[in-house]
Amino acid sequence: MVAHLVRLRLQLLRNSLRRSPAQLVGVLLGAAYGLVMLGIVVSALFSLRSANLSDLRVVLVLGGSVLVLAWAILPVVAAGMDMSLDPRRFATFAVPPRELLTGLALAGLLGVPGLVTALIAALVAVAWAGFPLAAGVALLCAGPAVALCVVSSRLVSTVLTLFAASRRLREIGRLFLLLPVLLLGPLMAGLLLVADWSAGFADTLAVVAGWTPAGFFWAAPADVADGRYGSAALRMILGAATIAVLVWGWKSAVERTLVTASHERLSGKSASGVGLFRHFPARPAGAVAARALTYWTRDPRYAAGIVIVPLLPVILWSIGTLFSDGSAALMALAPITAFLLAWSIATDVSYDGTAFWLHAASGVDGRADRLGRAGALLLFAIPTVIFFGLGAVLFAGRLHDAPAMIGVSLGILLSGTGLASVMSALFIHAAPRAGDSPFARQPGSGFLIFAGQFAGWTALSILLLPQSIVALIYLATGNPAVGWATLGAGVVLGLLNLGLGVLLGGWLYNQRVPEILRSVVTHG
Amino acid sequence: MSDPMRATDVRESAEPTVALSLRSLTKRFGGKDAVRDITLDVPAGSFYGLVGPNGAGKTTTLSMATGLLRPDRGQAFVYGLDVWGSPLAAKKLIGVLPDGLRLFDRLSGEQLITYSGLLRGMGREVVAQRVADLLHAFDLEADAGTLVVDYSAGMTKKIALASALVHAPKLLVLDEPFESVDPVSAANIRDILARFVSSGGTVILSSHGMDLVQRICDHVAVVAAGTILASGPIDQVCGGLSLEDRFVQLVGGRNQTGSLPWLRTS
Repeated sequence: MVAHLVRLRLQLLRNSLRRSPAQLVGVLLGAAYGLVMLGIVVSALFSLRSANLSDLRVVLVLGGSVLVLAWAILPVVAAGMDMSLDPRRFATFAVPPRELLTGLALAGLLGVPGLVTALIAALVAVAWAGFPLAAGVALLCAGPAVALCVVSSRLVSTVLTLFAASRRLREIGRLFLLLPVLLLGPLMAGLLLVADWSAGFADTLAVVAGWTPAGFFWAAPADVADGRYGSAALRMILGAATIAVLVWGWKSAVERTLVTASHERLSGKSASGVGLFRHFPARPAGAVAARALTYWTRDPRYAAGIVIVPLLPVILWSIGTLFSDGSAALMALAPITAFLLAWSIATDVSYDGTAFWLHAASGVDGRADRLGRAGALLLFAIPTVIFFGLGAVLFAGRLHDAPAMIGVSLGILLSGTGLASVMSALFIHAAPRAGDSPFARQPGSGFLIFAGQFAGWTALSILLLPQSIVALIYLATGNPAVGWATLGAGVVLGLLNLGLGVLLGGWLYNQRVPEILRSVVTHG
Repeated sequence: MSDPMRATDVRESAEPTVALSLRSLTKRFGGKDAVRDITLDVPAGSFYGLVGPNGAGKTTTLSMATGLLRPDRGQAFVYGLDVWGSPLAAKKLIGVLPDGLRLFDRLSGEQLITYSGLLRGMGREVVAQRVADLLHAFDLEADAGTLVVDYSAGMTKKIALASALVHAPKLLVLDEPFESVDPVSAANIRDILARFVSSGGTVILSSHGMDLVQRICDHVAVVAAGTILASGPIDQVCGGLSLEDRFVQLVGGRNQTGSLPWLRTS
């Protein structure tokens, strides 16, 4: 059974690669990226051989704990989980839970992140080369540490699946579930802020982390090197107990999912009348905008992409305070928000999935399609960006910077939206279907998305070059007239890029409608 | 009051008497011919059935006929308009119900039909009137405000069919319109389609149900392995046999030996 599941995982991967050569490229590039990361970490581990005990403890315990945390958070945040081995899919095959769990855990290990983690955990022993006994313990702890990573990640993803069984919870609840995770960064930054780094704060942090479930297995070798065998043994026992508890939790979660009907419950949600369609112009572009805006409010996949936006002020401020000045970092708020919002519609057609046939069959003009999608976004993005921009300059007491700030931000928003209108007619990638977890992903798609995005970012920075130059002149001179010129440049060039993007995107769309439909069908 | 089920201007215009004309349509998927050289004429005002075994190429053919899938070779004409030469004009005349593709199911039923109408460039008042008529005709008034994702499979088919009718097309292309529809709804849909045909519209539908096709269609084409084995008026194709018998005769492949001896309860 266990072997079957592992083979199934490999078979699924192979079949998905056979279906789309692009995904093969994605997996290969992902593997290359993993190898580079592995190389960096391994060389760091080798260079640690000459470090003293306290440095070793700090680096390995903190690094290891972060690794475990990353695995646990992975299913929740945008990095996504490959749900091809969703336990629910085995509900109809009376598989003994024990074998199902072992198989799923091993299968979860098979993949670039799993293999890299396993190698790193094993090679931690190299860093302990100066303390032979500790190196042995590190080797001994490597297995359980990796198990801890995999099991915690599986536990979290299974619990999320359970949540997903009720759609109402999925639509909104999941996003709230995200908030603490997203706030983890600022929280940690805040903690670091309170601490005084010069007084060996890292040591304290390492000591604390070493007594958390994430750190048990990484701190045990350090204890051995220190000669504190009792404490090392205690940590290993506690670590084993943690794994046992997590496995128990995972097992009961899997058992619950196996008996929870996977089909969606009625949400009881209903819309009276035609909703937003009444308020938009009765033309194809207006209809597309109304539909897109309805989806922004009803489909968690859209919200998931921008759920970070309301938290950005807190995050930026805490990062800024960490280094020097919180209000200075807030200057980046409106431009970053503009970028995130504009970019969120680059995947619009991928999110439509096969429902896109309606546009194809209706003979919607590409320009109307592009304009509608862009319009729906800009309707709430422009106020948001202006609000954030003004808020940031007011907070920093730099109201005179407002024109330049708004100009830069609107420029990014409008030009970015224009570019995204072209992108979504060109690149279709595997996206979670409506109703899936917004974070579900197909193996190998991650890197492809990233490659497409990277091309987009490059194009965007070229488009933004003229207004960036004006903005830089303003930064250098502080001349208010140049500030207003920045506003003008941002808005005028932004509108120009938006118009060109809609026209070019619309033209590409008209040429490629059957091909776009074909790719969403392939991916859906 | 406008009636969305009524195909407009068909009888008045001196247009070709062929509603849909396929010429040597060919499509290959991964080195395998899905559809090979299909040539077919669907007369205006006919109720045309497309039958064939699974994987025969029915969906592929209908997708190429409606401008959803670009053919490798061949042409498709709707009332004389080249579907791949002037797609926007041709698509105005066609109503499509695909099989196996999703809908914008986060919209309510009423919103989905409205959206389909507005996408076609129709005015708000006309759309509102027709949406009301369609919801009534398909008996979906009670669920008009429910999100399509919460509809049953049969209701989903009905709402998709209603969306295909909202712009009063002259040609309806329906892929498996009766799959998972309950008998009462199926009877309603048959009535609606029959009225559409009797008022001058043309329907081509694909189906697995031989009885159903024999009962409601006046023309039939039998497709297997990407080619047309027989086509024409249903009596002519069947030649006195039932459609089912004629179909098996044409397609062949009845498996007489696979008796599964272990599939016994005692």
